Amino acid sequence: MPDGYILQMESITKDFPGVRALDKVTFNVQPGHIHALVGENGAGKSTLMKVLSGVYPSGTYQGNIIINGEKQSFRSIKDSENHGIVIIYQELALIKELNITENICVGNEISRWGIVNWDESYLKTEKALAQVGLRENFLTSLANLGVGEQQLVAIAKALSKEAKILVLDEPTAALSQEEAEGLLKILLKLKAEGVTCIYISHRLKEVFDIADEITVLRDGKTVGTYAKQELSENKLISLMVGRELVDIYPHRKRLPQEVIFKVKDWTVYDPAVNKIISDVNFELRKGEILGISGLVGAGRTELVMSLFNAWGRRISGKIFLEGKELQINNPAGAIKAGIALASEDRKRYGLVLNEDIKRNISLASLLKIAKASIINDNEEIKYAEKYTSDLRIKTPSIEQKALNLSGGNQQKVVLGKWLMTMPKVLILDEPTRGIDIGAKSEIYNIINDLVSLGLGVVVISSELPEVIGISDRILVMQEGRFTGELMIEEATQEKIMRYATGRIKETGVNQDGK
Amino acid sequence: MENKKLFNAGFFKHIRRYTMLIALVGIWFIFSFLTEGIFISPRNLSNLFVQTVAVAIIAIGMTLVIVTRNIDLSVGSVAALAGAVAAFLQVKMGWPTASVIAAALAVGILIGFWHGFWIAYRAVPAFIVTLASMMVFRGLVLGVTNGTTIAPLSDSFKAIGQSYLSPHLSAWIGILVIIAYVFLDFDRRRKRIKYGFKVNGLVFEILKLSLVSSAIAGFFAIMVFNRGIHCAVLLVMLLALVFHFIAEHTVFGRQLYAIGGNPDAAELSGLNIKKSVLLLYVVFGALTAVAGLVLTARLNAATTSAGQGMELDVIAAAVIGGTSLMGGEGTIIGAVIGALIMASLDNGMSLMNTNITYQYIIKGLILLLAVWVDIATRNKA
Repeated sequence: MPDGYILQMESITKDFPGVRALDKVTFNVQPGHIHALVGENGAGKSTLMKVLSGVYPSGTYQGNIIINGEKQSFRSIKDSENHGIVIIYQELALIKELNITENICVGNEISRWGIVNWDESYLKTEKALAQVGLRENFLTSLANLGVGEQQLVAIAKALSKEAKILVLDEPTAALSQEEAEGLLKILLKLKAEGVTCIYISHRLKEVFDIADEITVLRDGKTVGTYAKQELSENKLISLMVGRELVDIYPHRKRLPQEVIFKVKDWTVYDPAVNKIISDVNFELRKGEILGISGLVGAGRTELVMSLFNAWGRRISGKIFLEGKELQINNPAGAIKAGIALASEDRKRYGLVLNEDIKRNISLASLLKIAKASIINDNEEIKYAEKYTSDLRIKTPSIEQKALNLSGGNQQKVVLGKWLMTMPKVLILDEPTRGIDIGAKSEIYNIINDLVSLGLGVVVISSELPEVIGISDRILVMQEGRFTGELMIEEATQEKIMRYATGRIKETGVNQDGK
Repeated sequence: MENKKLFNAGFFKHIRRYTMLIALVGIWFIFSFLTEGIFISPRNLSNLFVQTVAVAIIAIGMTLVIVTRNIDLSVGSVAALAGAVAAFLQVKMGWPTASVIAAALAVGILIGFWHGFWIAYRAVPAFIVTLASMMVFRGLVLGVTNGTTIAPLSDSFKAIGQSYLSPHLSAWIGILVIIAYVFLDFDRRRKRIKYGFKVNGLVFEILKLSLVSSAIAGFFAIMVFNRGIHCAVLLVMLLALVFHFIAEHTVFGRQLYAIGGNPDAAELSGLNIKKSVLLLYVVFGALTAVAGLVLTARLNAATTSAGQGMELDVIAAAVIGGTSLMGGEGTIIGAVIGALIMASLDNGMSLMNTNITYQYIIKGLILLLAVWVDIATRNKA
């Protein structure tokens, strides 16, 4: 084999409108190795894998993909699968209503003249299940399997396609400790059988447990590829986060005042009765920006959505606003009490896209501009004009549909909607996701102004420079718990990453977040 | 470049707003030509308006239901049931007209609660709930009428669907409407000036007022020169105005559009989706009952087959009027225009003695065409 690589990705560049997601990325994998791909959220790992798998077809990016020394240009997922590359995504592409065999064979049915040969299918399934060590009947419905077992079915499916290069994107994110360990054993066994594996994970301990080489991506560029022995966990973290800080954060001297908002013993389960948030405690002061950091999937969004009673089951715990306990039965109750939540997904939870700026801003405060339930149109225009100019929303008119605005301006419309409700506590979940640097800076300034007016602000952010740049205090979340608290003076990206990636036992549980 | 894009977007938006009105005028023009003017005579147009009434009343409510991403397939059965109950109480039990109207409305409201409960609070898809109701209430119609036609009704009941206001009174109503319109428009303008907003220039404003006023005058003239305004037509105009106001200017109406546009965002903004949807179905039930009363009064009888197939005409009217089945978009005025288009096709083709085979085919194809035009222009706007 030339060069001794099974896969070479050479100077891959991929542009999205306004953003260069990948910038001359080079990524080489040796056969029979487990090769870890690490980097912060948004470093470009998933984009790179989508280029590899043909989700972004050949021609939409620059650079070469070379497999076993032969240059390839994949036009679809099917294309890359035919060359033995199979990707298992974070959100498993399995169909819950079907059984194991149907899931493994879907898309690759063993059939003759359109009629499925079930006996052959069962045989193939049993073989694949044995390979991943899953002892389940091939007729078991997927809905009856745990997440870990489903993960194994996904791998079995990949193997049944005769995968030579198996790509796993955060396979252990949703797994318990034992399930994760089981999965890693299977991967080592597959490696012994000659399968090459690309492993994407935020859990650095796992990376050191199983990887042979590690490639680090940062801001869409390759930092380097290292043999595991060359690196320590600390070295790896500094490689991941060591970017230059562009100073776009307006830091003003702030003096947080009395506690305005307090959450006690907050515990939440998801619809499948897994505990997602366990015994979380925190306080927020008037005039303070509290940053909540952590990796994707740590439970930050679930935490704030459950405070609004908009997500989760069996919610328990207490919320205090200005010393008084609140009973929040629905988002309306939270808004009335003076809490506002701008969601991370503004298109899904923030905006009515086919309505105009005016109507989006007034949506959560219609009663305020109505008398006897009849809306005063002029009051509505007045408020819309006010927030459009206060927040510097760039638009020809307030009658512009939200759909036609840029990401930054959309986010400002969402902010305007919440400011119109006159909140005391403003929770911002990933307020700058997907918006350009100029608009980001404007949003930071707005947040700063609000805090100086006496609001308490919670900012959830996956971007470490951002959370350090704007917060007064940072709580780090991992697997539904706060694992660390840092005052801004002591906060560094390395410390946050350690709290966010470390296992709880190692970092010590600091449950009341103080 | 940027300017040109904005201009195009604005241009398409305006075209879209008036597409169906232009289509209606076009259809009238074609039929007038093909029937050598019979179609456009005041007598025929007046008839056309009366034929539109029942479908238009229900389409007004159906628009809001579709705006919230729901549907109602049972309107034909519910209208028939409301009419049958009213006729039964009057003919067999001797109830006075006012009481039977109240009873019919009560039937509509109860059915609305039933639908709203299952759809909003039990999360059963509206399609299924109302498909079930379509059968259930058709069954009840058969039960109430005992499978026969119930007739005749008292004069006061018949008046809902058959009487005309005198041409004199009609003319006065027309004049009052124009005065009210001019007054409200100036009042709006005055308030906007008070708020310091920009308003149209006075010349433009007067031009607009005279244009709309002459349109209103023309519309009333058609009826004044025939026999006066038909009571049911007056009712439709009133309902259209009231529901237009509800949709555009009340908290309830606004919330319906937000719920249909993006239910997740609406809920997180503190809207009570279940309550709104329940209330909408209750109001819609009452509206359907009103249509049932008009239908029964016009026929002077409650029949077992009244309103059969009506749901399709109503949904077609709403959709032709620009209501999006994806939710969040649709106007009351559009729905009334949609109903007029459907009725115009029926009326015009009947005047031309078109074979019923072709009538169905042409109506179906026009529905398809209308929605395609709507989708095609939507993508550009």
